[in-house]
Amino acid sequence: MMARVRPKLAVFKFASCDGCQLTLLDAEDHLLEVAGQVDICYFLEATSRVVDGPYDLALVEGSITTAHDAARIREVRRNARFLITLGACATAGGIQSLRNWGNLPEFLQAVYARPEYIQTLATSTAIAAHVSVDFELRGCPINKAQLLDVLRAFLADRRPNVPKHSVCLDCKRHGTVCIMVAQGVPCMGPITQTGCGALCPSYDRGCYGCYGPCEQSQGEAWGRSLVRSGQPVPTVLHQLRSFNAGAEDWRQAGDSLDNCASTAGPARTEEPRS
Amino acid sequence: MTNRVTTTQETKATTDAVRLLPRDRLADLFHALTARGYQVIGPRVDQGAIIYDQLTSVEELPRGWTDEQGPGYYRLKRREDDDAFGYVVGPHSWKRYLFPPLVTLARIERDGEDWHIESQPESPVKRAFLGVRACELAAIAVQDRVFLSQAYVDPIYQARRESVCLIAANCTQAAATCFCTSMDTGPRCRSGFDLAITEIAAGYIVEVGSELGASLAADLPLRPASPEDQADGEAARARAVAQIERTLDTHDIRALLMNNLDHPQWDDVGQRCLSCTNCTMVCPTCFCCSVTEVGDLTEQHIERQRQWDSCFHPDFSYINGGQVRGQVRSRYRQWLTHKLATWIDQFDVSGCVGCGRCITWCPVGIDLTEEVAAIRGNPS
Ligand code: SF4
Ligand code: SF4
Ligand code: SF4
Repeated sequence: MMARVRPKLAVFKFASCDGCQLTLLDAEDHLLEVAGQVDICYFLEATSRVVDGPYDLALVEGSITTAHDAARIREVRRNARFLITLGACATAGGIQSLRNWGNLPEFLQAVYARPEYIQTLATSTAIAAHVSVDFELRGCPINKAQLLDVLRAFLADRRPNVPKHSVCLDCKRHGTVCIMVAQGVPCMGPITQTGCGALCPSYDRGCYGCYGPCEQSQGEAWGRSLVRSGQPVPTVLHQLRSFNAGAEDWRQAGDSLDNCASTAGPARTEEPRS
Repeated sequence: MTNRVTTTQETKATTDAVRLLPRDRLADLFHALTARGYQVIGPRVDQGAIIYDQLTSVEELPRGWTDEQGPGYYRLKRREDDDAFGYVVGPHSWKRYLFPPLVTLARIERDGEDWHIESQPESPVKRAFLGVRACELAAIAVQDRVFLSQAYVDPIYQARRESVCLIAANCTQAAATCFCTSMDTGPRCRSGFDLAITEIAAGYIVEVGSELGASLAADLPLRPASPEDQADGEAARARAVAQIERTLDTHDIRALLMNNLDHPQWDDVGQRCLSCTNCTMVCPTCFCCSVTEVGDLTEQHIERQRQWDSCFHPDFSYINGGQVRGQVRSRYRQWLTHKLATWIDQFDVSGCVGCGRCITWCPVGIDLTEEVAAIRGNPS
């Protein structure tokens, strides 16, 4: 180990809440092991020590919301052998991507005393919309164990062990009774990628979709089924348009429901299935 | 609805010497089991449903509770009486205890340049399943074929299965999702149990199905069932038969499905199905699993774990180069054709016992009996 040159790691932040970087810091017990195996060259949240690139591994948190950041992420990509994005902001645009459906000048007027000082894009987009990404680690925030596995995988030159199946599979493995079926709670689990181990349903709360769409997510079929069983369209839209609103399948599903609802008038409430 | 198979059994049951465990002596059965070293697994109310869990006393049984079921729908309901077995199959199945959702197969340690692999057999726990339904006995028999009858025997299943005691309970009502009569698996428990009970107002009519069952019965304060008790038992069992509405026409079903692999119905269900895996997880016969090696950060200590997995999980069919079944349509078709058709080639039995769980616990209410009927109604 000593003879080997330690890979150079850098952590970059774009538009985000820092929660994903905190997950890395929160991995305290394991962080020392990580630190022993990589050379942390750029991680402003943790240390002011800065070593110039190029880097072997760049971890990127946050979405692209300004022209300056759009240029900066290209620079990061040029300087990184592997680029891994962390969290809902970096992989789907984050909660701030709700602006993609809104009116930017109106927001600026409402929020800022001097909107003319604000330079921002009209959209919030995922890193992969700007540069090529080697691996996307989902979650709002990311899961510590998955993050550590991704780092181990990088160090061991293997594929990360990050499953892409639905949250439902974990509910069933744990023996959690489905709250959608047994209580009529609208739950995003069937279209959401696992990562939390099906936490919310075990507390009688529907899945909020923190980890974004599972592989080949069927957002539209899920949404239509909820509307058929009596959920109002706006409720379903609020679920689809949250931390991962900008994720492709959920964006399309929401827009399609929205279009149908606006052409068909208010959603009809049908009798619940029985 | 009258059913030929059930009628013959009714005749057989009434000719045996029929005995009754008084209603207030159910705890004696519990104690007879625990005295023999059994951990009792049985029904209890939890998370808004009747699940199977380890019980510490008969007080935990779901007395006075029942369930209402439909496609994508399950609700607990109060009964007018205080029956303990007056519900239908719920979200759990006994497979959780015979084919557990997560097991560690081996522990692997780095030892210098070598790897040291340790794989210890599980220490057997004696479990008594209390309240096993006819379709569930059939499902256990199906999994026996899968795990025990062919070239590769699963030692985990085998050890657990051999130490199980099965106390069956005849259904006295059926859910709207049940179709065991179509699959010829119920609702009457015919064989494969140690003891079978039928719950009536006076108590539990007891049938013995094995030597272990006979020895348990010998420890119970049984009395001969009166003609009224026997008539009550028959009426209770007939009620379940009469309540079954759902049907699956199994005539030539293998050929029907395999000759219709490009039927437009697969596209249709592929639009509705979420590929969420729930149907396979709740199915008492589904047996898919995956084996993963999980290491610590230093990759010096590794556990080889086996977990329940599903043909609806896209990566489950991932082999070098890509996914074999890359669409929801093809995954649903794989599941249904395996369950109802190719399972017969593989294990000489249908993979479906008609318990209806996949219908109830599908969050969008997809019903396999309707999918088959749609293909049968308009074959290509
Ligand atoms: S509670 Fe939600 S995540 Fe769990 S099985 Fe039901 S729908 Fe899936
Ligand atoms: S396929 Fe459905 S009805 Fe048949 S045994 Fe499985 S869960 Fe029960
Ligand atoms: S049939 Fe229903 S339960 Fe099964 S994978 Fe499709 S949506 Fe999920």
